[in-house]
Amino acid sequence: MTLTIALAAVLAIAVAFAYLGRSRARGMRSGGSRLNSLPAYHAGYVFLWAALPALLALAAWSPIQNRLVEQAVLASPAGQQLPEFDMVRDTILSEAYEIAAGQREAGFNPESTALAPVYRATLAHYAWIGGGLAILLALAGGAWALTRVHPGFRARSGVERWVMGALVGASLIAILTTLGIVLSLLFESLRFFSMVSPSEFLFGTQWSPQTALRADQAGSSGAFGSIPLFWGTIFIGAIIAMIVAIPLGLMSAIFLTQYAPAKLRSVLKPALEILAGVPTVVYGYFAALTVAPLVRDLGIALGIGSASSESALAAGLVMGIMIIPLVSSMADDSIAAVPQSMRDGSLALGATRSETIKKVVLPAALPGVVGGVLLAVSRAIGETMIVVMAAGLAANLTINPFDSVTTVTTQIVQLLTGDQEFDSPKTLAAFALGLVLFLITLVLNLIALRVVRRYREAYE
Amino acid sequence: MTMTQEKQPITTNSAVPFPSTAIAADAARDDAGIAKEDAAWTDRPEPAAGPAPITVETPSPEPQDTAEPAAGRTPKMRADRVSVFYGDKQALKDVSIEVHDDRVTAFIGPSGCGKSTFLRCLNRMNDTIAGARVAGQIELDGHDINAPDMDVVQLRARVGMVFQKPNPFPKSIYENVAYGPRIHGLAQGKSELDGIVEKSLRRAGLWDEVKDRLQESGTALSGGQQQRLCIARAIAVDPEVILMDEPCSALDPIATAKIEELIHELRGRYAIAIVTHNMQQAARVSQRTAFFHLGELIEYNRTSDIFTNPREQRTQDYITGRYG
Repeated sequence: MTLTIALAAVLAIAVAFAYLGRSRARGMRSGGSRLNSLPAYHAGYVFLWAALPALLALAAWSPIQNRLVEQAVLASPAGQQLPEFDMVRDTILSEAYEIAAGQREAGFNPESTALAPVYRATLAHYAWIGGGLAILLALAGGAWALTRVHPGFRARSGVERWVMGALVGASLIAILTTLGIVLSLLFESLRFFSMVSPSEFLFGTQWSPQTALRADQAGSSGAFGSIPLFWGTIFIGAIIAMIVAIPLGLMSAIFLTQYAPAKLRSVLKPALEILAGVPTVVYGYFAALTVAPLVRDLGIALGIGSASSESALAAGLVMGIMIIPLVSSMADDSIAAVPQSMRDGSLALGATRSETIKKVVLPAALPGVVGGVLLAVSRAIGETMIVVMAAGLAANLTINPFDSVTTVTTQIVQLLTGDQEFDSPKTLAAFALGLVLFLITLVLNLIALRVVRRYREAYE
Repeated sequence: MTMTQEKQPITTNSAVPFPSTAIAADAARDDAGIAKEDAAWTDRPEPAAGPAPITVETPSPEPQDTAEPAAGRTPKMRADRVSVFYGDKQALKDVSIEVHDDRVTAFIGPSGCGKSTFLRCLNRMNDTIAGARVAGQIELDGHDINAPDMDVVQLRARVGMVFQKPNPFPKSIYENVAYGPRIHGLAQGKSELDGIVEKSLRRAGLWDEVKDRLQESGTALSGGQQQRLCIARAIAVDPEVILMDEPCSALDPIATAKIEELIHELRGRYAIAIVTHNMQQAARVSQRTAFFHLGELIEYNRTSDIFTNPREQRTQDYITGRYG
């Protein structure tokens, strides 16, 4: 019996118990008792008690079972003859498993074919244990819940508790996953910082992430100063992109909320939101193939000899366009949240529409707009695809927008693309970069959310 | 002000005598005083600090304010057969009314009768409502305010408005009052602006309460103070007409008494039109009252006549509380 069958059996048992619970509750009702909860709630209660503990047990059992099976197979006479070397042994074991599970006819290694019957038998053995355990749990839980079906029993509250438990579980999974991501970044970064000092990483201005294969190799010393990368990131994402996105996004939000007639708004707003749905790789093409040559030609026309076809300006411009919908929709929300009475008050004093917007609406909406801009910055500096395609690889510290700069995300992609050994500072640097970038965006998001929340309180 | 408060005279110790007790005492002074005050308005000194007693119009004859305007006197604003449509729905039907310079005109009527809609026509605030359409003629000093050559921004500077809910800007008290003078360029330099702010706050009876905290936010004031701040803000642009849309409906009785007192102070300096749900308020503050019902103007007359001797049965029914 496999665990799949056990799963089906548990569900069938739970359904059967639910049916029993419902008919029992109905019987009580037709017997003249006034039920606290509807029969459906009793059925639900019995079902949950029959199904959930058994399913949880199954979920917990399946990883345990794999370990137990492996140990048992290794302990068997056939298993003890396997070679000691881990890689070979593991290959044979997994082949044996695949043969036992019927996924392939024969193994590459002759040992695995011999091992397969043993594997199959052990697998079945433990599946019986796990499946039997789950079925017993289902029967026990269902029977216990069935005894509680009673006119005065508050099955509704019981179901409510289960529902709450499920919701808590779902949110816990999300939170714990985030925590896990942070921890995995953190541990790899710690390994990096044991090889490269944090002060060199955080304050160094030279970025040349290479490690020598031989000690006497030319250019063997790597440099891991991340300042040029973070400067490039900020230059493209927080400066050039925002110079594009803030005015355009804000003005389009003002037009949409204050000037556009309802019909036009109903067309324009979705059109603007389409911009947010364009895959970033498409923006990347646009930046690399269309905007970058134009910017380079412009730079040359302006007499800037160093104008690069991987200029910061091209990547920043396109990133700004990508961010417009984000800025615009946040600004739109906060402008729309300024009460009409404010606008009326200003208009009734003889202010024009634009005076009202400039002097009353925008100051009142400012916290929301600022929050939106911060969120947009955090989005822009974490953005990868556009800069990978359009920004350069040279880690320059420059304020010339026609020059090429590189960004944190571009470098991470470079460091981790292809076959890499995960014990050299070159590769581990990617995790340290990722960690710092994550911390920056985290702080930006926290500030933005705080600003936005404080603003919301002001009008509610 | 709530109706409950009307039915049970206030027993708490308010600085302001409750109008019903002041009616008789003020009646003679008020009637005799109007003409004199009207002449003296231009150089009238600022009101003394501290609350003055509320003066109330009484159901006694007012010789110079007859139902028909006196010969030679032109109304400040004249509405002629004004209708308003919201989409296909007609909110106001053929309303003709005159608002005079030195009088408070009250618009009363049950909810949804069109009195606020009419008020908003007088400074074209209905322009801001999508789908609103105004028909008929409205004149300010004889000029059609809906004419193409009328600058709506200038119109609203001349016809100020105070709203139902106090709506100070989220700026300092000073900036709230200075807002209008700044956009209209009424002051040359800081000291002149300071003067306008102080004068407006004094006229709104708020100066003594806020003079030491002009830089604090206007939204931190109490509801009644906020409403007086809004009145000060409207006064600051030196309007000719002030429209008040239920200015006391969000205020407690004491704040309401102060606003009513203020309306008395301002009468004669500005033409005032006030919308109110509260019939006693209309009786206390106004000289003329217009009764609206279901989008029609039922009766427009001297306040004393409306309340003691209405011509229309519907007016009679409304003021005696039979509906509304």
